[in-house]
Amino acid sequence: MIDKISPSLQHAVADIRDGATVMIGGFGNAGMPSALIDALIGQGARELTIVNNNAGNGDTGLAALLAAGRVRKIICSFPRQADSHHFDALYRAGKIELELTPQGNLAERIRAAGAGIGGFFTPTGYGTQLAEGKETRLIDGRHYVLESPIHADFALIKALRGDRWGNLVYRKAARNFGPIMAMAARTTIAQVRDVVALGELDPEVIITPGIFVQRVVKEAA
Amino acid sequence: MITRYTRDQIAARVARDIPEGAYVNLGIGLPTKVANYLPAEREVFLHSENGLLGMGPAPAPGDEDEDLINAGKQPVTLLAGGAYFHHGDSFAMMRGGHLDICVLGAFQVAANGDLANWHTGAPDAIPAVGGAMDLAIGARQVFVMMDHQTKSGESKIVAACSYPLTGVACVNRIYTDLAVLEVTPDGLRVLEMADGLSFDALQAATAAPLLPN
Repeated sequence: MIDKISPSLQHAVADIRDGATVMIGGFGNAGMPSALIDALIGQGARELTIVNNNAGNGDTGLAALLAAGRVRKIICSFPRQADSHHFDALYRAGKIELELTPQGNLAERIRAAGAGIGGFFTPTGYGTQLAEGKETRLIDGRHYVLESPIHADFALIKALRGDRWGNLVYRKAARNFGPIMAMAARTTIAQVRDVVALGELDPEVIITPGIFVQRVVKEAA
Repeated sequence: MITRYTRDQIAARVARDIPEGAYVNLGIGLPTKVANYLPAEREVFLHSENGLLGMGPAPAPGDEDEDLINAGKQPVTLLAGGAYFHHGDSFAMMRGGHLDICVLGAFQVAANGDLANWHTGAPDAIPAVGGAMDLAIGARQVFVMMDHQTKSGESKIVAACSYPLTGVACVNRIYTDLAVLEVTPDGLRVLEMADGLSFDALQAATAAPLLPN
């Protein structure tokens, strides 16, 4: 019997090794898989490359992972916020590498990785600092920049409900990066509020089909 | 005596140019004020980059939902008929030319429509871009609303931006406390001016050549 349900948050993140690239879902705190992040902090993996829209808010979730000194590099669009003090301090001290990417390029680079695309030309960023050194092309009179996919070893995402085949539905705007990160990672781990029986999720409304999800874990026992 | 437009008047003026049925993204900060001036009977689809169409106003105190926020991470609501979608689709709506209008703030706009609004370029500043570059090149029309001059009196409308660019030749209209300007192939055309302001005085306050309407 196929059963992607992990017995615990600790089991779910046990094999994330030092140096791994880990996508973390969420836009600010909406959709951030905080239970999985706390388990990852407990697990102890270091020198991580993290992919997220932001670089942590306040003192919990991704901010706590940064504060614990586990992150070598972050790929994101909007690190600097009113409550990004842990990232700010690491960045100013030269203790974290930042790859800044326009938000739509970040999303499409993630999507491209999941869809098997080797690169794509986008108009976003053309003529700006964030396109310096990148190949450009004039297509039908418009300028484009070549961007590359972002692959990950793991994706940690948050969904509302999941079943033992890994099918997921999300809640409101907490969906954000979850579906595309699930596609882009070798191993996707979803923390869900509810684990439901097969067939309970209406196939017409499943957002992430289980093929993109390797582990499902209930966020609180 | 020159009567500058207030920020609320600028927002109301921008709202007048947003027609029924438009798909619109209002940038973080000043542009969010525009929503206050869209008349209730005019149906406009507000898009938020984090995956909302049909975004509604702020919820009543106590009804906030941490899973329902806008691009500025403030609590919002969803109108009947609204929809949620993931980030890939959300930015396809921008980049793919499906949004009719976006309204953005700016540090500088150049005479050719170049936009600078993401980074001051200060060496110690931590850079953050978010969706600014995608919005700048994505919407069919880009409206900028900003003060005409900096606090020290320098024109924010310039011949060429000195701040790092967000997008090249992407701005269509500029709404300031002194004027409404249209970016045309011939240069910046003055559509409206604040009461008591002469064309010559507006030109003197603007570091790029202006064309009379």
